[in-house]
Amino acid sequence: MTRYLVWGASWLFILLVLVTPPAMVLTEALKDGLAASLATLSDPDAQSAIWLTLRVSVVAVVLNTIFGILAAWVLVKFRFPGRQFLQILVELPLSISPVVSGLVWLLLFGAQGWFGPLLERWNIHIAFAVPGIILATLFVTLPYVVRTVMPVMEVQGRDAEEAAVLAGAGFWQVLWHVTLPGVRGALLSGVLLTTARALGEFGAVSVVSGHIPGETETMPLHIENLYNGYQSVAAFTMAALLAFMAMSAVLLRSAPDWIARLQEKKA
Amino acid sequence: MTLSRLAFFRAGGSALPGYRLSLTLTLAWTGFFIILPLSTLLVYPWQGGPAAMLSALHDSRMLAALWTSFSCAGIAAACNIPFGFLLAWALARGHLPGRRLADALIDLPLALPTAVSGITLATLYGPHGWLGAVLAEFGISVSYNKTGIVLALMFVGLPFVVRAVEPVLRNLPQELEEAAHLLGARPWQVFMRVIAAPVLPALITGFGLAFARGIGEYGSVIFIAGNQPFKSEIAPLLIVVRLQEFDYPGATAIALVLLCVSLLSLALIGGVRRRFALWSEPA
Repeated sequence: MTRYLVWGASWLFILLVLVTPPAMVLTEALKDGLAASLATLSDPDAQSAIWLTLRVSVVAVVLNTIFGILAAWVLVKFRFPGRQFLQILVELPLSISPVVSGLVWLLLFGAQGWFGPLLERWNIHIAFAVPGIILATLFVTLPYVVRTVMPVMEVQGRDAEEAAVLAGAGFWQVLWHVTLPGVRGALLSGVLLTTARALGEFGAVSVVSGHIPGETETMPLHIENLYNGYQSVAAFTMAALLAFMAMSAVLLRSAPDWIARLQEKKA
Repeated sequence: MTLSRLAFFRAGGSALPGYRLSLTLTLAWTGFFIILPLSTLLVYPWQGGPAAMLSALHDSRMLAALWTSFSCAGIAAACNIPFGFLLAWALARGHLPGRRLADALIDLPLALPTAVSGITLATLYGPHGWLGAVLAEFGISVSYNKTGIVLALMFVGLPFVVRAVEPVLRNLPQELEEAAHLLGARPWQVFMRVIAAPVLPALITGFGLAFARGIGEYGSVIFIAGNQPFKSEIAPLLIVVRLQEFDYPGATAIALVLLCVSLLSLALIGGVRRRFALWSEPA
């Protein structure tokens, strides 16, 4: 009896709170039919927003993956004073408001910022331009690869690496042939989480972007712009596309499991 | 420090190669991306002198916005405790039908970009939205006031509570409940003493994580909140407003308060975790 009550209440809650939002996105996007919503995506400002989001995400994912591997390696495989402090620093962006994560870059590179006037003289634009968007995205996505890779590296221990060193392998060889193959799954997971966050980042990017349609508007910012301009179909179509991209990145993390299960079935 | 210990640290306490290179690159990266930007928050508010900082902290609109953010995040996190516990129980112990689908749906608020959640919740709970229309029948107006903020923060914070509690429930030995039963405990006694007591630290952790996320949340809240100063304006939005007014010290003062409170709540979680480490670690 109690069991059925728990089941009913749980699914009712899930349906009302978690299933309605994505259902609403699709209904609103398709309100005027599929053709009408697809047409909104061919708008030049929409296209520019999609490309900017993809470009920024690729840069953020590549750089933070390289950094994440090195940081996890140094934090797990070595012992040095200040190691725990460094680990806290690396995870800090997770507990900072997105708006604050954008603000700090304005305080550095904005017109009133520390380095703003200097950059002005050299005619370099970071705040309210694409470099600022990239910096803010790099900041908010910095912890993900480190956090997912570290625990697996920890379990791995150092025996295999030490054996490789004794056999004459150098740093890059050890990293590439011994350490990374062992953390493949976690690395993929971290990269995909970084991707999802980079695609969808709104608050931090909003502060540094300057909101110039066709130039510094990413997909989330363009969604805001369309929604506030009462272009509901266009806003929700873009929202559906962005949600699809971010959610597939999150779901793809289980891809290795699916592949393993398929292979098991075949065998 | 003796010479041998110095040599130990120089090599990073390990015979593996690449210590200096990877440490240097990691320090450079964190230096530029974490330490340099965050140091602006500590220094910038004081650049106009302590008097300017104090007057910035006395701004009544700022205090109202901070109060809105803290109270709504607290209420939302508290409301998430019973729902989060229910879902965690159903997933870990309740043999919920469709468990794998439910499990994936729990993480939806984390995967959904905040701008998407924002416009979706605003439409859903708006006066003509699917849920907003139903609530309006009961005379509850959600959009453009604090109820809307709380609902948006509940949506965003739910996964934190579920994911904190679920592993603890899974690792809790079922024999304890059976033993308590056999010793004559009533069902509510079993619940309070055998289940709720060890789960409490996890609930506090979930509450703290949801609260810390809630006070900084921006994208999923601003569309539903209505953003009236002194009423439904959240602190992160006021930072944006201050920046648009080119009041950088004002914006930074709010940011500093937000940062301190979220770090404080995370430090408290850390304390709770260490104090009650018994059941919180996976077996």
